[in-house]
Amino acid sequence: MNFLKSLAIALCLFSGAIEAQSVDATRQVVKIALAQEPPQLNSMKATDQVSIFVLGHVMEGLTRYDRRGNLAPGVAERWTLSATSAKFWLRKDAKWSNGDPVTAHDFVFAWRNAVDPKTASEYAFILYPVKNAEAINQGNLPITDLGIRALDDHTLEVTLERPTGYFMKLTAFVTTFPVQERFYRSVEASYAADASQMLYNGAFKITDWVHSASLKMQKNETYWNRQTIRLNGIDADYITADTRARLNLFIDDEIAYTQLDGETYKDALKNQFRIRPFATGSVYFLEYNYRPERITSNLKLRQAIQAAFDPDEFVNKVLQTPGNLPGASLFPSWIKGVNKTFREEYPAKVLRPDLARAKRLLAEAKAELGVEQIPPLVLLVSDSPTATKQAEYTQGMLKTKLNLDIKIDVQTFKQRLAKMTEGDFDIVGAGWGPDFDDIMTFGDLFASWNLNNRGRYNNPEYDRLVRIAMNSSDPTTRMEAMAGIQTLVYDDAIILPMYEQGVIYIQHPKIKGLRRTVIGSDPDFTHARIVP
Amino acid sequence: MNTLRTLTEADFQPSPSEDNLEQISRPSLSYWQDAWIRLKKNTRALISLYLIVGLAFFTLIGPWIWTKDPAAQDLDQISQAPALPKTALLVKDFEPSATPIDTTHPPAPSGYPDALDAVTGLTVLGTPTTQSVRLSWSPVDQAGGYSVYRSESAPEGLMGLGLPLASLTAGNIVGFEDRLNLKSQTYYYSIIPTDGFDEFDVVSTLEVSPQQSITVSQALERQLIDSDDRPGQTVQLAFHPLGTDYLGRDMLARLMQGARVSLFIGVVAPLIYVLFGVFYGGFAGYLGGTTDQILMRFADFVVALPFLLFMILFKIAFGIGPGESGILPMLIALILLLWPATARLVRGQVLRIREQGYIEAARLLGGGPSYLIARHIIPNTMGVILVTLTFAVPSAIFTEAFLSFIGMGVAPPTPSWGSMCNEGVKTMLSHPHELFFPALFISITVLAFNLLGDGLTEALDSKMRSKE
Amino acid sequence: MFRYTLGRLLSGVITVWFIATATFLAMHAVPGDPLMNEKATTAEIRENLARKYGLDRPLPEQYVIYLSNMIQGDFGISFTQQNRRVNDIIKDHFPVSAALGILAITFAALGGILWGAITALYRNQLPDIIIMFLVILGISVPSFVFAALGQLLLVNLNQWFGTSILPVAGWGTFSHMLMPSLVLGLGTMALLTRLMRSSMLEVVNEDFIKTAKAKGLSPQRIFFKHQLRNAILPVVTVLGPQIAAITTGGFVVELVFAIPGLGRYFVQAVQQLDYTVIMGTTVFYGAFLVLMVILVDIIYGFIDPRVRLK
Repeated sequence: MNFLKSLAIALCLFSGAIEAQSVDATRQVVKIALAQEPPQLNSMKATDQVSIFVLGHVMEGLTRYDRRGNLAPGVAERWTLSATSAKFWLRKDAKWSNGDPVTAHDFVFAWRNAVDPKTASEYAFILYPVKNAEAINQGNLPITDLGIRALDDHTLEVTLERPTGYFMKLTAFVTTFPVQERFYRSVEASYAADASQMLYNGAFKITDWVHSASLKMQKNETYWNRQTIRLNGIDADYITADTRARLNLFIDDEIAYTQLDGETYKDALKNQFRIRPFATGSVYFLEYNYRPERITSNLKLRQAIQAAFDPDEFVNKVLQTPGNLPGASLFPSWIKGVNKTFREEYPAKVLRPDLARAKRLLAEAKAELGVEQIPPLVLLVSDSPTATKQAEYTQGMLKTKLNLDIKIDVQTFKQRLAKMTEGDFDIVGAGWGPDFDDIMTFGDLFASWNLNNRGRYNNPEYDRLVRIAMNSSDPTTRMEAMAGIQTLVYDDAIILPMYEQGVIYIQHPKIKGLRRTVIGSDPDFTHARIVP
Repeated sequence: MNTLRTLTEADFQPSPSEDNLEQISRPSLSYWQDAWIRLKKNTRALISLYLIVGLAFFTLIGPWIWTKDPAAQDLDQISQAPALPKTALLVKDFEPSATPIDTTHPPAPSGYPDALDAVTGLTVLGTPTTQSVRLSWSPVDQAGGYSVYRSESAPEGLMGLGLPLASLTAGNIVGFEDRLNLKSQTYYYSIIPTDGFDEFDVVSTLEVSPQQSITVSQALERQLIDSDDRPGQTVQLAFHPLGTDYLGRDMLARLMQGARVSLFIGVVAPLIYVLFGVFYGGFAGYLGGTTDQILMRFADFVVALPFLLFMILFKIAFGIGPGESGILPMLIALILLLWPATARLVRGQVLRIREQGYIEAARLLGGGPSYLIARHIIPNTMGVILVTLTFAVPSAIFTEAFLSFIGMGVAPPTPSWGSMCNEGVKTMLSHPHELFFPALFISITVLAFNLLGDGLTEALDSKMRSKE
Repeated sequence: MFRYTLGRLLSGVITVWFIATATFLAMHAVPGDPLMNEKATTAEIRENLARKYGLDRPLPEQYVIYLSNMIQGDFGISFTQQNRRVNDIIKDHFPVSAALGILAITFAALGGILWGAITALYRNQLPDIIIMFLVILGISVPSFVFAALGQLLLVNLNQWFGTSILPVAGWGTFSHMLMPSLVLGLGTMALLTRLMRSSMLEVVNEDFIKTAKAKGLSPQRIFFKHQLRNAILPVVTVLGPQIAAITTGGFVVELVFAIPGLGRYFVQAVQQLDYTVIMGTTVFYGAFLVLMVILVDIIYGFIDPRVRLK
């Protein structure tokens, strides 16, 4: 048998099989798989997780997150922040990968471009705290009116629209990364379409990008803080959305890191891998349609559904993977409050199923609506396996418990969005991930003016509380207002929180210092190293 | 040879004329009767016929016999492998208990401990059931928290700890309640002390075998008990002979419901498009000339459309409304794309048959067009059509399965064999039965129709007949 | 021959136009806004995007612009990867699908002819029954099941050997192609086996076989020289459409084995309603399919004397 084995090995090596080795301690290279081809590496326009993951490694903003997850100096050496403005002093040794210095003008160019309606960046709103950004983005002012100015090559001044306590956290976000105008103009439309059509100022640079096949990153020798970077290379040799394929690659020691899902984690367990949990910081919920002609605008009906739903059962029996928390609030438990986490300071009311109460509320709803039986409710969901599974559970649960009929409406991505925007649903399965590290990333979601409030929830009290939090820089005032919103979410049954997402993943035991993060580039390999 | 035979008078009589000389001694067989006889001789074809009858029985009669609701979710028996009926202990409804905190102990270590002791006094509070397992332990000096793991096999040191259930971030938390999808099997709970951030390399493990249980309200919901039953009793759980799926739904009932979808698409779509193709092709072939040219050119266009690409495009262009299963759009898309193949085939046959000698002979004998079509052309193309039909059934079932894989099949909760296969393939190692049964049914169906098709080809082929 | 080829090519061009039109209509019938995204954006931004992609014009005008661009060989810019041209996407990823498809069809053709000949030789005997059973399995198990099983097999193989014999997924070397193309070719192999079997059985009854037997040729010579050669002919005719079907149908395999083929782009494009990529890939594949059929017909004319005579 041994002979057979060695013969086969010899044959296959001869045929050009590559040697699997997911980590290399001497070369300090780690191999990974991407879930998809990064669709947009233009930092001003990137929105998806994979692009943000790559950009977070190859570019750097005014600030960045250190290995403990705290905000640290990036291109900016130091800064001052007041209620009306911010000033940044850029370090002189920050360089682009072509050797040019990173200047204040590069930030001015990128920020103006990001809010320019011609660029059509979906993340333009990130810059709305900057003076005139919103007006420019709506096409009412020229981009030169944006409140950002290069005082000289290394000093940057930003004027704010209103006091924004979390402004500094935005300067680590990908939309605010610098872009060199001269280079951008030289490639224009194909900027960031290939490895050679980008400039890098981050810890790594892309050296080789074969679309949909592989993307290799190498340590950037012009990076100002290169001494602290231990990894020499991050090779994304595989691009596939199939989690089972990625697990197989991990088992075969061809990749050093992969996330698991409800279907694959049992196989990972069989292989005795050390499984690690991570809370993604996203909340998933059912959103109702509040347009007056919709039956879901009835409070009693929403409360009946709220009283029937058992988030504990949902998390334990349906989701099945550890790390998910039963939904209780619009605000996930990691959100920071004044001193501790927000949820520790302002505990959310725990959703406990109460069938008797649910039935009573439903009877009241029927009486208010003047119907014998609630007509079937349309539950709009995306076509992802998880979403449909959750919809099937909800349908079965409401049928057995309340005899409510649910029609599941499974739609592909764009069709679902169109239906959401047009209000063609009663209930929609939705989720929200944080864009920046402040409670407001969740708080204004159901404000009447928020375009993402697709159910058109409109409550002056909610709006008032959001305005209080928006226009104040006093943490306590802001958190008090948000606590008010948390109560409102429960009392008015604005949404039905289902769960806070937790995921599980496996990584090669030799990798140390890999940082999982809720905001920005995740997972963060910047400060990772491979121990022998 | 030298003896002369004596001839008698009788030798010179004419042989008696037999009236029935021209009589056919065996019953006259029509083309179809003959085909049927030869089909019956073909064992494989006969088996396939039985299989198809069996499938029809399973699909149509099955749900009357196995009356379980295919949509009912039995959350106590999720992804249950085929097994005998189970019993469960009736327990009170779950009440969350407060996090057990040892107030005499500090929540965080005073400094950065270099080493921590292993957790001691690890034990289970109350009876461990599939509703909840409550662990308790004594606090570890200088600990800033604990990690709780659960494994289905005994861990070896720090290997195979299993699922990370929780990371508790205070050293004075001395208990944890596990409710995560518990089954009646043996679990190994491991507790590792931490300094609040990093785990230390000391593990304490406890073996726990929770008892299958069901809460009163769940049992009432599933109509397993009467309202006067009390906790402590034993309850018979619902029986699932082929196991359950990821939401605890009965596999057998779902396979029957899925059969309706898969076989409907598999049988009805080919029937319609083959019929349409027959008319279209027959029409074109019979008329001939320019009409034929135009009609067939159009058919050629449709044939040239990349099938899977257009299948997906059409499927989504037709859209599925809320609560709809999406069977109809799939049916229409299949018909729109697949009719030309049959049309071309039938046209070719008609053209060929038109030139045959026996048609010429029939026409010379005075047969009109309608007679020719009914008596000669249709029966002679019928063989090809039937064979096409039997082979079209599996390919339609297949297309449905493929669409399910890319998330464009029938909409949930409607099951189809294809979508069940797709669900099953994801968990094929941990719950093989979820893949095996739907795949088996697809295979049987495809096998049956293929064998029938083969049998028909042989039975209907006149060349084969001449050999026997 | 030249006139014939020219005529076929001309009708091919018309067919491609038909495909383009059908795709255009079907695509615009799909509900949903291709410019909408998860994060809601202002009306101004949407208008700008619509202008960029020409979606602000009336549909007939879009159609004319599209066709004229297509004639010049320009499929436009992708909606999802806003800095990539569809031409580049096709150029980068079609060769991958094609390489995979060619290897798959090679496996399928070799296997199909071999197994088909064996089954015909041992008609209704044990080898025939076993192979036909496998064939049925080959056409009755969905390809995504095969793909998953194939990959699992590689993982276990590599674990058993203790080193990476064959890569589990990815793209680059020949060894990356083996398992995916085998999985991809299985269905076609099964189909060709059946076709070959019935073709062989048909040929056995032909007069020239009887003549050969009467001449006293050895059975081997009859088998190889007369029976096999003539039986392969009808198999060749289906190869054209099959090549196209395999190359376009590789989505499942491309996803599971992390292969950067064009099939993935199409499915993603439909899900994302990426107009230009949908149009580009369908028209390209349609043209490819048409070309393949013409090519096979012409080749067939060369190898089959009966067709040439006509």
